[in-house]
Order: sequence, then structure tokens, then C-alpha cells
Amino acid sequence: MAIKIIKEKCKGCTLCIKACPFDALKMVDKVAVVDEGKCTNCNACVPKCNFGAIEAAPEAEEVDLSAYKHVWVFAEQRHGKIMNVALELIGEGRRLAKEISDDTEVCAVLIGAEEDIAPLAQECIAYGADKVYKIADPLLKNYTTDGYTKVLEDAIKEYKPEIVLYGATHIGRDFAPRIAARCNTGLTADCTRLDVRVSSYIEFAKKNTTLDTSTLDPNDTSTGIKQTRPAFGGNLMATIVCPRTRPQMSTVRPGVMQKREKDENAKGEIVDVKTNISKDDIHIEIVDIVKSAKELVSLTDADIICSGGRGLGDPSGFELIKKFADKVGGVVGSSRAAVDAGWIDHSHQVGQTGTTVKPKIYFACGISGAIQHLAGMQTSDIIVAINKDADAPIFEVADYGIVGDLYKVIPEIIAEWDNAEALYDASTK
Amino acid sequence: MAFKIIVCAKQVPDTNVIKINPKTGTLIRDGVPSILNHDDANALEEALKIKDQYPDTHITVITMGPPQANDLLMECIAMGADEGILVSDRAVGGSDTWATSNTLEAAVRKVGDFDLIFAGRQAIDGDTAQVGPQLAEKLGLPQVTYVQEFEIAENMKDITVKRALEDGYEIIKIKTPCMLTAIKELNTPRYMTIAGIYGEKNMKTWNAKDIEVDLNKVGLEASPTNVFRSFTPAPKGKGVILEGDTEKDVAKQLLIGLKGKHVI
Repeated sequence: MAIKIIKEKCKGCTLCIKACPFDALKMVDKVAVVDEGKCTNCNACVPKCNFGAIEAAPEAEEVDLSAYKHVWVFAEQRHGKIMNVALELIGEGRRLAKEISDDTEVCAVLIGAEEDIAPLAQECIAYGADKVYKIADPLLKNYTTDGYTKVLEDAIKEYKPEIVLYGATHIGRDFAPRIAARCNTGLTADCTRLDVRVSSYIEFAKKNTTLDTSTLDPNDTSTGIKQTRPAFGGNLMATIVCPRTRPQMSTVRPGVMQKREKDENAKGEIVDVKTNISKDDIHIEIVDIVKSAKELVSLTDADIICSGGRGLGDPSGFELIKKFADKVGGVVGSSRAAVDAGWIDHSHQVGQTGTTVKPKIYFACGISGAIQHLAGMQTSDIIVAINKDADAPIFEVADYGIVGDLYKVIPEIIAEWDNAEALYDASTK
Repeated sequence: MAFKIIVCAKQVPDTNVIKINPKTGTLIRDGVPSILNHDDANALEEALKIKDQYPDTHITVITMGPPQANDLLMECIAMGADEGILVSDRAVGGSDTWATSNTLEAAVRKVGDFDLIFAGRQAIDGDTAQVGPQLAEKLGLPQVTYVQEFEIAENMKDITVKRALEDGYEIIKIKTPCMLTAIKELNTPRYMTIAGIYGEKNMKTWNAKDIEVDLNKVGLEASPTNVFRSFTPAPKGKGVILEGDTEKDVAKQLLIGLKGKHVI
């Protein structure tokens, strides 16, 4: 489509030609003529015409939002093992679905080879999925951008979900943007909070943020998803909406949302989705998938994390941190400063550009507390900071602060660790 | 025929030095230096390494931003890129990742021929990691993100990369033309050279008209996502500083506290 010139009204003044950013208009016999190949429907010429001789191009077709229903979760699996974040998202998706309406379902979408995903369908149901869409094909055995994008796009077009959630994993963050571009819809990256009802958004904002909620109406019944995420290295939080296109899509940070209790007896529907994929659709070849031989750090699942920073003074400080972590049954973490200094591998890094964690106890040892570090750990249940510098920002978020030499303090904590119960009992008497 | 690489780069505020005004809860951007986004520097470095090996390689850096983003192009050229293109127009301001990728798509199409597009995985101001894949999709290119090792065969067609995963990596083969996004493990970016700093700079600025982008697909209005609200996180309530005569005292107090909260 393009703009239309009403020939009878055109006076040949050429104002529209000057207004056109795309050289799509020219004069033929003193009347403006549109080159439809060049016109982009920008309508820049319309108000410039003093004679009402230009009819605006029709607005792009509005998306019928009501045609889209239900909450989908991309149930990411690798080698037949479901990712924890997928189960967290099924839990969260269920909460959101019920905020939309009673008959809104949460649906898990499993993509992979039949033998890998068939056993996972019931697991998704046990964790709260009302329905499971199974998209199986031998070509989908391993994740490829091309293959997964093709089949999920087809499924979205057929079933029209209202919301699609993905874990913000290395796969989810490769996959979701591709889908968003292909479906011409919005995508919000790495969300840490989702709300449907304005009332629950207000409740969240009041409890956790400095946001002035007086401009929000708790009785607002709109059900667009409000996606909250950190930006500028966690210095700022932004809530993003996607008002005009569907599905609304988010990638969600692993470890943030709540899994539901597993219910082995839960019932749900399993739908086999037909695939239409061929070898030619996939333009890369996976030669090998290697599990890292390096020490497996599962910071996201750890109950206790012992993290070291630049205050350790030198790389050997991590030996003490390791000893500490071994004693308390924790995992070794680090600040970005320690990683940048080359003292420890990036896989240990906690923070905005590393891993986001929320253990029961976070020991920050010799970590000053740069904002980008705080962004990745400040939701830990209990934060213990040990630092020589009493003014270090880490003490602002710490539940327990110890101003002192970590090389003296940590060995004492290790020595007394097993006596904790006795010490506590003695203190209450 | 010379191998042609396009590098997408972004000028960003250094988020490590950003401070919050505690009274207003807003970002203090004054005096915050603008820098070449880290991952993008890794993308450029990898392109430069190809050029080290095959000197007739041509590297074009494309950036989108206000006129001051020319500084970034100068820096990239001083590092060794051949030319820099700034796409700058009020019409593309306020774009989200979808709209940004439409703008970059148009700019890449205007550049024309290329064999490879390198971008950083994500920019430190937004941390979305979405523009690379979205640009690849618009251009119909295959992609590999999180590239931590790169190798190109002598035929300048077959590329092998190592793609980082949370718990390991994948080895992937891909052919040009394609889009790759770099992470910092890929390399260590070089410094600018003196000759590069003082040398002539092949730089252009294009506006929306130059790149012939559909104005209905760029800018704030066209973006499918909008900012609903923005705010600063609430500071956590202040805890207690443990004090005692000896480290042992303090350690004991800590353990009593932790036990009392039932976390150990």
C-alpha cells in the first residue's frame, strides 16, 4: 500500500516532493505521482499538501489482541534433562495465568527429540502446567537457533499464546530475540519480576522499590504483563510493557521465580504438535557439546555462597575461601574485580554480568560492594560482610557486618562453625 | 576478493562509575565517561585479528547514536578499522531492540556486500543481548551468540566457533555470511595506535533518509515495548555491625545470630 494522490485536487505545487524522505514522489504532467515501490507509508507528505490532495496510507493492520490466550513457558531441556528455570517459570506462569483469568492456562512447550522430551511432559504437569505442547523431531535433538525458531514460530502462529516466557539462559537469550523479530513483537530481557494485575504490581513496588505508586489505580483491570528488569548495571529498574503486539514475551533470570511443590498426581493434557522442519532449515552444524571439565560451580542452586573479592589481596586468598566454603557446605563465588584480576575463573562471578544468586547465606569476604555486584546478590536471605574498610558499600546491604581482617576472622568462623548450636543455646539461657 | 566484515558497536555510559542521586533517586550521568561497549571491543578485536592475517580484509564499524558517538568510530578506526558509519537521526531515537534492529538492518543493506557481521553479545547499559539476534533475523542470517573462540578456514567460508554455555561449551560450524556475537573470553582488545589516532579517518554519518528505512518501523512510536515505569531499587534495611574484643568473639556472635535466624 502507499499514499494516494487525488489527481483532481493536485495543483502541481511540488511541496509534497520536498517533504518526501524517500524520493517516492515525482511530477508527471504537473500532477504528483507516487512510486509505490519507494513509498514507505510514512505519511510525511500528507500534512504538507495545502489542497487536501493526498490520502494517507492506511494504518498498519492492528493486531487483534483478544485472539491471543494462555501463558506459554518454553520448557528448555538439554539432553533430556529439564532446566530448573523452566520449572520456576511454570510456577510463575501459573500465577500470572490466574491473574489474567480463571480459564487462562499455563502451557509448557517442550522442544527436542521424542526420546528426550516424552519423559519430561509429566514432570512439567507435576510442577503446575495445565497443558504440554510437545514439538518432537530428530532434527531438534540439540538446540539450534534455526531449528527451534522455525518450529516455535509455527506453533505460536497456530495457537496464539498471549504470553511466552523463556529462561534467560544462553539458549533462551539466543532463541527468544529471534522469535520476537520473526513474530514482530516485543521482548523484554532478563526480567526479575512479572505482574499482570496492576494491584499486584503496586504491592510489589511498595514493598521493594522507591516508586511512587499514587499514579497507579489498584482497580485497573487491564491484563497486559508488566515486566520489571534491572538496567544500567542494576542502578535502575525499569518496568516494560508491550501494549500493541502479541505474544508478549520475556526472558526471565534463573533463580528468581518460585517453583511449585511437585504434585505427582497432577493431571494435564499433552498435545503433540506437528513439525514441518527439514535439514535445509538448519544452517549450522553442532560438532560437539562439552560439559566443562572445570570445577562445576552451581552458584544458582547453592544455599551458602562464600565469595571473595579484591580485598583478598592475592589469588592465594581463594584457598582460604575454598576452605571456608568446604566447611560450611557452600560454593565459592567472587566479585568481578577478582575475576578481572585473573584470580579466579569467570564462572564463579556473582553480579550483574555474572550469576545472580539468592542463597540462604551470602558471605562477602573482602568485597567492597560495587553496584554491579550488589545487583547480583542483594536478594540473598542473609548477607554477611567481612571487610577491613568500615565505609565499604557492602555494609549497606549486609545483615551482619564485621569490620576486620578476613584472614583472622574467617579461620575463627571455621573453628567455631560446629559449635553454633551450643553457642546459641548458651546465649539464650 | 577482499573479505568484508561489519562490526556493530555501541557507545555506552560506563555503568561501573554511575552513581545515583540519593535525594531524587535518578541517575547522575554528568561526568560519566562514554566508552566503547566492552563486548563490542571484543567483536572488533576479532575482526582485526582476521585483518592481521589477511591484510586486504575490510572492516566497517556501524554504530547508532547521537553525533557524539563519532568518538567511538574514531576509537575503532584508531584501533585498526577501515571505516566508520554513524547512523544518527531523531527519527530513530527511543527505539527498543526490535526498532533498533530495523535501523541497523537498513544501514547494513546500504553498506551492501559483507561476509561476516560481528557484534558484542550485549551492551552494558541495557544488557538485553537482543539486537544481535534480531538483526541476524532481519537479514536472514544464521547466528552464533556467546562466541568465545573463533577460527576461519583459508577458503574464508568455513567458520568454527566455540559457543559458551553455562556449564561448558559447544563447537559449532557455520558458513559465511553469518552473524556472530562476542563475549569477553574471546580475546583481549588491542590499544589504539598512535598512527591510528592521528591518521585520517574514513567516517560517514547517515540519517534515516540515507538508509531508506521505513519510518513506521523505527523510533519510540514504532517500538513494540515501552517503558511503563522506572525507579531505583529500595535499599535493604541496615543490618548490624558486630563488634568484639577478639576475632573469636565476633565469630561466635555471628554464629549465634545465624543460628537464631534458623539459616544454619
